[in-house]
Amino acid sequence: MTTMEIEVRDAPPQAARAAAQAKIAVRDFDFYYGAFKALHAITLDVPAQRVTAFIGPSGCGKSTFLRSINRMNDIIPEARAAGSITIDGRDVYGSGTDPVELRRRVGMVFQKSNPFPKSIFENVAYGLRIGGLRNKRQLEATVERSLKRAALWDEVKDRLHGSALALSGGQQQRLCIARALAVDPEILLMDEPASALDPIATSKIEELIYELKDNYTIVIVTHNMQQAARVSDRTAFFMLGKLVEYGDTREIFMNPREKMTEDYVTGRFG
Amino acid sequence: MSTTSNARRRKIVSRIFEVLCAAAVLVALLPLALILFYVIKEGFGALNLAFFTQMPKPVGEVGGGMANAIAGTLMLIGLAALFAVPIGCVCGIHLSEYPGTRFSSVVRFAADVLNGVPSIVIGIFAYGIAVLPVKRFSAIAGGVALGLLMIPVVVRTTEELLRLVPSGLREGALALGASRSRAVFTVIVPAALPGILTGILVALARVAGETAPLLFTSFNNRFWSTSLTQPIASLTVQVFTYAISPYDDWHRQAWAGAFLLVVIILALSIIARLAVRRLERMNRP
Repeated sequence: MTTMEIEVRDAPPQAARAAAQAKIAVRDFDFYYGAFKALHAITLDVPAQRVTAFIGPSGCGKSTFLRSINRMNDIIPEARAAGSITIDGRDVYGSGTDPVELRRRVGMVFQKSNPFPKSIFENVAYGLRIGGLRNKRQLEATVERSLKRAALWDEVKDRLHGSALALSGGQQQRLCIARALAVDPEILLMDEPASALDPIATSKIEELIYELKDNYTIVIVTHNMQQAARVSDRTAFFMLGKLVEYGDTREIFMNPREKMTEDYVTGRFG
Repeated sequence: MSTTSNARRRKIVSRIFEVLCAAAVLVALLPLALILFYVIKEGFGALNLAFFTQMPKPVGEVGGGMANAIAGTLMLIGLAALFAVPIGCVCGIHLSEYPGTRFSSVVRFAADVLNGVPSIVIGIFAYGIAVLPVKRFSAIAGGVALGLLMIPVVVRTTEELLRLVPSGLREGALALGASRSRAVFTVIVPAALPGILTGILVALARVAGETAPLLFTSFNNRFWSTSLTQPIASLTVQVFTYAISPYDDWHRQAWAGAFLLVVIILALSIIARLAVRRLERMNRP
């Protein structure tokens, strides 16, 4: 998985693909920062238990779109959304949706790893504690399970109560993944999770994504085309706030319909 | 030819300014060094066990100490912290969480103005609200006066330090399903806590040396008192009283009191540093 040429795995068999239903359904979604329109009428379906990659040049709106799914953009003043995003049929921007509750179901991993200045244990336990879990044995069990799922347990099991900031960049990012997994979300949003990491740490994160997709619906924003090709089942190509093309990753990379997509994935611009 | 002379000229100018900078540093540090030297020279010799354990002797009698004033100063700064820390921290949190609102800019401006108000005026204000209504000087009134002096410092340090916390930490907490207030109190405030604590201790050290606001709030007391509603002695007021007296022995004790004040303030600063180092062990690898 570390070779630099574009590798594309076999697409999932037809039957399995049919079974993968739309977990996230987006219809005519617009997003504004004040007067600036950052997203134009995005419409796409993200399948359950698959990895979907968003690619595109900087400033194309892919991160904005990702952050719209768990309403992280709410904290930006003068930001405004129109159109609809539904998760399992429930409107993310509906009046009955509590963003705090939503974010417990839709986890997020950021470009820059952001462990809290607490111990490794407390980082992973954070989401559980704010969810009201007090039982020490349950906390310990969930922390261990989450760290194992994030392939970090063996490296930190002897220093769970040491500072999370003493970990390496790659370990910190896996800690952030463990922290997100601990609250057992259905969806995991990843905003360029490996862009600040070296190739070895990156390949660990990619292996992890590959393993996690059996249980989670994963959406990943990436600047790295090889990464999109390696880890994702579906790829969406964004350009200037518009969705240019969306399809099976193999199709997008081997046989794109749009000239713009082809130029981008072959490295002619961007 | 001209480039070498230009380079030479620049070297000379650079040297001149280096000397000027060093001179400015010296001028700034000289008073501090002189004050410390003089206070230690005069004060250290005047210190003895009686100074810490005994009460002031009646006029004319030699000896005695400032036990009541030492206890009084500690009580007064404790009261000041009790008033100022909750109010100041809550204001600071509000300012950092809602930085752009009209209300916030009013609060920020008010804190800056309060910071510039002369301490004697603060003392008169505290006299008006805490002495006049009950017609009695009291430790509480002194604590209110010192607390008012502390509030703006605590407000602004809390605000500044909370704003230094990387926004990624807030996003991380929100993304895990924390409400905004939860994120503030479980992640942002703890991350800034070492700095906030330092700010509080530095503010305490500052008010510990105040005399003017105590003159007509806590007044003075020649007897042992720990009552909140009675006048109470303080090191600063006692030093002031003794220093303007005509007795040599009182002058000696005033120096000792001044020395002790400097030590208390130094100790607060050192405690601040140690506390920060302890708390920061978690914040740094």
